[in-house]
Amino acid sequence: MMAAERDSDTELRELYRELILDHARHPRNFGTLDSATHTARGINPLCGDKLTLYLAVDADGTIGATAFEGSGCAISVASASLMTELVRGIPAAAARGYFETVTRRLTGAAADAGGEDPALARIRALDGVREFPSRVKCATLAWHALDSALGNASGPVTTE
Amino acid sequence: MSQARPTTVTDAPAAGWRRDFPALDQQIEGQPLVYLDSAASAQQPQAVIDTVARYQAHDHANVHRGVHTLSHRATEAYEGARDRIRDFVNAASRREIVLTSGTTGAINLVAQSYARPRLGTGDKVLITHLEHHSNIVPWQLVCEQTGAELAVVPMLESGELDLEAFERLLDESVRLLAVGHVSNALGTINPVREMIDRAHALDVPVLVDGAQGVPHMAVDVQSLDCDFYAFSGHKMFGPTGVGVLYGREALLDAMPPYQGGGDMILEVRFDGTVYNELPYKFEAGTPNISGVVGLGAAAAYLQAIGMERIAAHEKALLGYMTERLAGIEGLRLVGTASNKASVQSFLLGDVHPHDLGTILDHQGIAVRTGHHCAMPVMQFYGIPGTTRASLALYNNFDDIDRLVAGLDKARLLFA
Repeated sequence: MMAAERDSDTELRELYRELILDHARHPRNFGTLDSATHTARGINPLCGDKLTLYLAVDADGTIGATAFEGSGCAISVASASLMTELVRGIPAAAARGYFETVTRRLTGAAADAGGEDPALARIRALDGVREFPSRVKCATLAWHALDSALGNASGPVTTE
Repeated sequence: MSQARPTTVTDAPAAGWRRDFPALDQQIEGQPLVYLDSAASAQQPQAVIDTVARYQAHDHANVHRGVHTLSHRATEAYEGARDRIRDFVNAASRREIVLTSGTTGAINLVAQSYARPRLGTGDKVLITHLEHHSNIVPWQLVCEQTGAELAVVPMLESGELDLEAFERLLDESVRLLAVGHVSNALGTINPVREMIDRAHALDVPVLVDGAQGVPHMAVDVQSLDCDFYAFSGHKMFGPTGVGVLYGREALLDAMPPYQGGGDMILEVRFDGTVYNELPYKFEAGTPNISGVVGLGAAAAYLQAIGMERIAAHEKALLGYMTERLAGIEGLRLVGTASNKASVQSFLLGDVHPHDLGTILDHQGIAVRTGHHCAMPVMQFYGIPGTTRASLALYNNFDDIDRLVAGLDKARLLFA
């Protein structure tokens, strides 16, 4: 039982790493964006996480500015915060590629996806969710919103 | 720091009750399960599990149909459960016990079959701010269908209803009052007896959503004098997918059927169908027979213990839990009514309830997190949700100590 308890604590600390807690408490790029060219809402009906993502895509297809607002658990807020940092200043097409890579990684469909990409180093702090199946949707919510915003899908996305 | 536990005598028999529930005897994440989510769905005692298994293994056939032995046995088991349930809520007649798919099914039945033909522009359905979605949305639907208006009794910061506002809102335009017996999100026990009296003084019939009432206290529909009382099997230690609508016979008699189909008819002809008598008029199609049989066993189980003993045990537990939780730094109790069932919602600092739920689950502690299907209550407090610990007859003081220790760990993790 002691060993199990220790493993359990380790898993929890893997999930709630310092980087995650920092971004949850002090989300980066939090707010709205007047210059947004693309927006999307994301809703996780299970736990009530809600966010709106704002992207300002330049004429050359580069994501010039990012912002998000909403409320949610530490995992969903931290994931959104990290995502808005990652995709700022890169081509929209590359950002959609990250959506594929990260969701495959976090859902465990391809646990090593993007493993060599230095740009994803901080995103790998979210890997702990793989031990918590009920939390994977919290971590992927912002990424689905990203894909939806860039794909110009209408209506809010949900993780259901 | 640990508060003294009440020197109650109720914990000893409760230890025996706990052993009746096999699901509680397991390890989660290497630790004994602490189940504090009974308000979402309660565990089932062995007596219910065995009764359902025995029925499935030996007695199953369709009810009210065959002349063969098994059909006879199934009908006896099904109708025997109805008699038990009638006794459990002390209805005057078995004709007043309609078996449904659950509380939601029962409330929708009343909304569509009782309220809809009676409502029109200028009429009101009165509900309260504390209601579960299942006692809100069916009334919104029927108001949309009829042009009637939905009026809402406001709540107070304590989680109690604003009874002065209730008096003001209750007028001649109200055609029905629908109120929860116990708030699922906050545990508030509403003064339904008094509210029913006030409503009846204006000839307003009353539906009580009793889903969270029947697991915690003795319910006597005649003494309450309610017109409808709806409840679910799985909140009272029975199976899911089954519930009950108690309805006053004169009202049920005057209502058209809710759904058409087999079993709810006496004679079907293309020039006119004769409906079956009560309660079968409202039980179209093959019912959830094993679920009903299990629900009957759950009612028998509760009666054998006695709801007064259960209520006394839970009162002691709730007092202890409230005191321990209130002693945790940064913890805010949500719902502090003076008269409560054993349910407590709370917030811990700025830790999101969903994170808290995961941290507790990782210590073998099951709680509910989120809006508890009562979003208006969360909107009242301006919060996205809470963490809710709900106690049942099988919980004990150790469970509460484990919860408090689990919350301490969460505080450290998020410190």
